[in-house]
Amino acid sequence: MPERQPRLVMENIVKEFPGVRALSNVQLSLYPGEVHALMGENGAGKSTLIKVLTGVYSIDNGSVVLDGKTVHIKNPQDAQEKGISTVYQEVNLCTNLSVTENIFIGREIKKHGRLAWKEMHKRAEALLASLQLKIDVTKLLSSYSVAIQQMVAIARALNVSAQILILDEPTSSLDRDEVKQLFSVIRKLKKDGLAIVFVSHFLDQIYEITDRLTVLRNGEWIGEYMTEELDRVDLVSKMIGKELQELEAVTKNVSHESAERETFLTADQVGLKGKIHPFNFDLKKGEIVGFAGLLGSGRTEIARLLFGADKADQGTIKIKGEKLNFSSPRQAIVNNIGFCSEDRKAEGIIPELTVRENIILAIQSVNGWFRYISKTKQTKIADEYIELLNISPANPEQLIKNLSGGNQQKVMLARWLVTDPELLILDEPTRGIDIGAKTEIMKLMTELSQKNKAILFISSELEEILRTSHRIAVLRDRKKVSEYQNQKGLTQQELMKEMAGGM
Amino acid sequence: MGKSIMRSRLFWPIMVLILILLINLFFDSSFLSIEVRNGRLTGSIIDILNRGAPLMLISIGMTLVIATKGIDLSVGSVIAMSGAIGAMSVANAETDGLGPLFTAIALALVISTLVGGWNGLLVSRIGVQPIVATLILMVAGRGVAQLITGGQITTVYYDPYNFIGGGYLLALPFSVFIVAFVLLLAVLITRKTALGLFIESVGSNPDASRLAGINSKNIMLMVYLFSGFCAGVGGLILSSNVMSADGNNAGLWFELDAILAVVIGGTSLMGGRFYLMGTIIGALIIQSLTTTIYSIGVPAETNLVVKAVVVLIVCLLQSPEFRSKVFGTGKLKKTKEQKESEGVTLS
Amino acid sequence: MINRLSIDYKQLPLIATIALFVLMFSFGSLRYTGFFSTQVFLNLFIDNAFLIVVAVGMTFVILSGGIDLSVGSVIALTSMVAASLTMEAQLSPVIVVPISLLVGTVLGMVQGSLIHFYNLQPFIVTLAGMFLARGLSYVISVETIAIEHPFFSYMASTQIPLPGGTFISISVVIAIIIVIIAIFLGHFTKFGRTIYAIGGSEQSAMLMGLPVGRTKVLIYTLSGFCASLAGLIFTFYMLSGYGLHANGMELDTIAAVVIGGTLLTGGAGYVAGSVVGVLILGIIQTIIVFEGTLSSWWTKIAIGVLLFLFIVLQRIIVIRSEKKQAKE
Repeated sequence: MPERQPRLVMENIVKEFPGVRALSNVQLSLYPGEVHALMGENGAGKSTLIKVLTGVYSIDNGSVVLDGKTVHIKNPQDAQEKGISTVYQEVNLCTNLSVTENIFIGREIKKHGRLAWKEMHKRAEALLASLQLKIDVTKLLSSYSVAIQQMVAIARALNVSAQILILDEPTSSLDRDEVKQLFSVIRKLKKDGLAIVFVSHFLDQIYEITDRLTVLRNGEWIGEYMTEELDRVDLVSKMIGKELQELEAVTKNVSHESAERETFLTADQVGLKGKIHPFNFDLKKGEIVGFAGLLGSGRTEIARLLFGADKADQGTIKIKGEKLNFSSPRQAIVNNIGFCSEDRKAEGIIPELTVRENIILAIQSVNGWFRYISKTKQTKIADEYIELLNISPANPEQLIKNLSGGNQQKVMLARWLVTDPELLILDEPTRGIDIGAKTEIMKLMTELSQKNKAILFISSELEEILRTSHRIAVLRDRKKVSEYQNQKGLTQQELMKEMAGGM
Repeated sequence: MGKSIMRSRLFWPIMVLILILLINLFFDSSFLSIEVRNGRLTGSIIDILNRGAPLMLISIGMTLVIATKGIDLSVGSVIAMSGAIGAMSVANAETDGLGPLFTAIALALVISTLVGGWNGLLVSRIGVQPIVATLILMVAGRGVAQLITGGQITTVYYDPYNFIGGGYLLALPFSVFIVAFVLLLAVLITRKTALGLFIESVGSNPDASRLAGINSKNIMLMVYLFSGFCAGVGGLILSSNVMSADGNNAGLWFELDAILAVVIGGTSLMGGRFYLMGTIIGALIIQSLTTTIYSIGVPAETNLVVKAVVVLIVCLLQSPEFRSKVFGTGKLKKTKEQKESEGVTLS
Repeated sequence: MINRLSIDYKQLPLIATIALFVLMFSFGSLRYTGFFSTQVFLNLFIDNAFLIVVAVGMTFVILSGGIDLSVGSVIALTSMVAASLTMEAQLSPVIVVPISLLVGTVLGMVQGSLIHFYNLQPFIVTLAGMFLARGLSYVISVETIAIEHPFFSYMASTQIPLPGGTFISISVVIAIIIVIIAIFLGHFTKFGRTIYAIGGSEQSAMLMGLPVGRTKVLIYTLSGFCASLAGLIFTFYMLSGYGLHANGMELDTIAAVVIGGTLLTGGAGYVAGSVVGVLILGIIQTIIVFEGTLSSWWTKIAIGVLLFLFIVLQRIIVIRSEKKQAKE
């Protein structure tokens, strides 16, 4: 391949949000006729980078050079005018409008002062035909599948004579055939000389379609590689990184004889269409089971099914031998299960309430509204856990929204610890919090397991999983693929291989 | 000490209330005086409390609804229905015994509560937006009230009925006791049980509340039931005041006044924290505003203009965009912090 | 096949509305002598011309996902402004009419700006607008101001003859013109399509680079203008200005729009549907008049029942499409 001039170069990009450095000195070079993968776990900075590129965010430092000229991208409209188009993960079109309209709205074709529908329909058909799609363009977008909506979004993006096309997780809701069709379109666009940014959590797809990739981690630039020169395991290890030294304080758990331990939970062929393939899983008292898998591998989906946050459409869940398929979280809580969601802001904290109220919320809802825990007792409980978990500021009357992420996370843990659960599901409890807090949370997990509590621990940090878990399940592509006893010899390498799959 | 009073959510509403009362005092030096006549306390203040009773009641119910991020537009029509049911069922009472009175009260309150339950079911079970769900009864409820009264103003000649809204107990209007009772009930039920916490939790973050095990559907159903009940009581007082059933005009625009009272009282329309005492003061502000406009001789109708201005100012002050534009970002942060600590001192 | 069904499904409210109108008209024709006549049908337009005009403005507001509670009061305020300028200031209609039309337009623009720039809820802003407009009309005068002016009398009493000995009023012509303009606006201009897009998803509209803010301000300005125009038509109809005019009209308008098949969550609906919605409200009243013994409050109850049915229908459609989405 002859060396070409990059179409776009981003250098030393810095983006800060209050209290967080979302991007620090990130680079990205896009070449015409190349598909460039943007890789990284949650919070790595991928979406921030995309939003910078499309003008949703402005940068605090760094430069963007487009076709050799330094540019300043003011807003999404400006980005489109500069030839940068985006197809977002959640199809950002208006499903209540026709296919044609979704392609043309904002730059409609007019004749005699009125919109020329016929002309637009004709052009829309032609445009979609070039993407190998033949559909009735006069129908509402909502009458088509997500896959077709995705194609329409791409058609819209192309209609602005795009030079750079950003596809943000375009495949996350497509089935295999639809992905195939999308890829053939991408290949065609590539031939036409477009520079394409491709974001996906499916490694198979990355290796199938991309030429080059950039890895980000925690807002930092890890490196740029040619896809075929970087093997999967290396890629995964670059994405998830290591923080070995800091974890020394946590005593390493290894698989222990669990034959005589009582089984707390059994899942038999539990699944939910479109979310997770049916899986078998069991969990014993006093056991910590780690879920290793990349984002989108199905790890959160399993947790939500076990907790009743989503209802499984097949299989049975048994708690201590009793068949119970939860239809609401409340039922799970009453059965001594607790669940810390990975999305602390949307599904965890109640922002307008105080730390005290957030801590006692779950136990109070188990008690029901009539058996009110007196304020004195609430304060006592709150104080106890503030001390135990070292929550700061140590003021139970502080509103939780004023706390840092790590302290909010500890409050969430406290909420569930108060209910004294027999099974605690922790979905990425260590994400976005400082090392000190991480270590404390892991120590706490070990203590709980010693008290005979079962823990399901989901984390992107393999080192954390290896250190704390007795047993490790690996997930990939919405499937539970394997299970390991955590023995001395088990290495991150081995797990990564399994997570990456498809050797 | 002074600072903590200033920070209280109730501080500004109370200051406004006092200001209005002072303006009155300026125009009428006897405004604050309270006399005893025939063993009854009389005076403008008593009058405001008495006349403001229905609004205070309805605003109490509305507060809880708004705390769950909802709204109840139907209360005005429920007032009309409840008043019509109450008055019509005693209009032809033969005796002066208390039997018909209790029947009327029971009938009016049960139906009002059921009507509230209907709203609650639409919102919590069918998932209709609160504005839309309660709009149905806002329209149809008034029709039903007119149906009950036959479109006429039917006068009630059954004396005991007058007691609800016009009676006196321990030298004070009986309606004041009703308000005190319902307020006490609301405070007890929300602050001495976990219901208040659940309401605030559901209003602040419904998804997280569900994951914490709260049955948000039942919570929503309950607040609409209670709002219906409050409107029912308010309707009885209003119709007892005038000793007649009036389906056409009773409770007209009460929903808007009630929403206004709640907002002035410091409860955000975005749900979450609610302040029952603030609401009561908000309702009193609205009532004394009306009284003031009457007493200083401004045409009564300008009341609406004043209300419009008040609504706008309160809403603009609650809007982060407005505060950052007008006060600048630095101050925005400060007022935000201040607001948050207010939330702590008064929960 | 499935695709075709789902489209029909979305249009179900509109189809139901038209069917309902036909059904009610047939019911009236069979039951009452003299009901089945062109003039009875035309009277629906004559008596509700102003409501049609407000409903047009309201349709755009609701299509964008908002609501405008101020329209009833704006009608009253317009009637007061027109009456007092004509009778007390003795101004010519050439001046009175534009000033009256400006009343609602300016108020609407202010409301729209508050909603957009300060991110306030439409419900509350237009509630304040409703208080303000009603209050201002009382400030002008608490009493009714009767209008005696040749222009207004002409507008009120002129009958435009149609074939078959029937007639319509000038107001009907105005209303029809407005409806035609609105349909053009809604389907053949960028502005109209942006309204639908905002109603479908404001965030998507923003990301697609549409002028969301400007459109939102314009929508409320348009609604205010329509309300003022309706106020003028109402003034022709009543020949007076009064602060209590059109009390509660905002509810009738919203009901007409919803019954006309527009989703209250925004994004779907037709101006033409709202016209049929108004006609349904009109026909309910006509039936009640023909019935003779039925009282006016049955109108409210009937509207309430229809509202309920349409809202539940809408909800079912939304739930269905969500389920469909989830399956895919």
